[in-house]
Amino acid sequence: MPMICTAENRTLTVRLAGEIDHHAARQLMMELDREIERRFPKLLILDFASVSFMDSSGIALLLRTWRRTQEVSGAMKVIHVPKQPGKVLKAANLHRMIPITFEEL
Amino acid sequence: MKPTNQVKMEFESRSANEGFARASAACFAAQLDPTLEELGDIKTAVSEAVTNCIVHAYPDTIGRVMLRLRLFADNTLEIAVRDWGVGIADVEQARQPMYTTGGSERSGMGFTIMESFTDQCRVKSGSGKGTTIVMRKKISMRTARK
Repeated sequence: MPMICTAENRTLTVRLAGEIDHHAARQLMMELDREIERRFPKLLILDFASVSFMDSSGIALLLRTWRRTQEVSGAMKVIHVPKQPGKVLKAANLHRMIPITFEEL
Repeated sequence: MKPTNQVKMEFESRSANEGFARASAACFAAQLDPTLEELGDIKTAVSEAVTNCIVHAYPDTIGRVMLRLRLFADNTLEIAVRDWGVGIADVEQARQPMYTTGGSERSGMGFTIMESFTDQCRVKSGSGKGTTIVMRKKISMRTARK
């Protein structure tokens, strides 16, 4: 699962691409943890535009990353969430906890 | 009711097979001419059920997972996922949202997702007896769509 990170003024943007499932999640968690520890972002933006599939493993991934970001006094938001991952996030009511913007389709 | 078509496959409980299982299910379900959203629902439900087998049924071993897909004349897809692993002692508890025995890497939302993405989700299990999940989803007929 490819991940592209860019950082500017303590805003860390991570573009995720491909399928987020249990198989991919562990590696992603480690890489996100590492980026957060390295950059101490004030704002972490997760760009979901190229995420083609996500199951409940992605919910755990987002909750964990959200907590990590709060531990370093940062905020997190998720942007450009396509329809299928969006449906999973809505079923878990995650948009009530984390700012999420869904792609209009 | 007799199925109009069916497929049965068995694979090892390796996490690499999660993608294989949901892609196979989506391919087979394509015969019912589902919408993109319905296909997404099917892939998600299969992914959750198969991940449960890999994470919970066989926590320390590699075991067998069976996926059976059946189509019915009323445009219903039936998804059955079976394992011969440790089983679930309390199914009602396992189905509760946010309940998990999988630690911070799991959300406890698997059953909630399976329930909300299909029309019916039945779970048969018991301690040491393995688990069978049977889900049904009716695929809308093309002619009835706008």
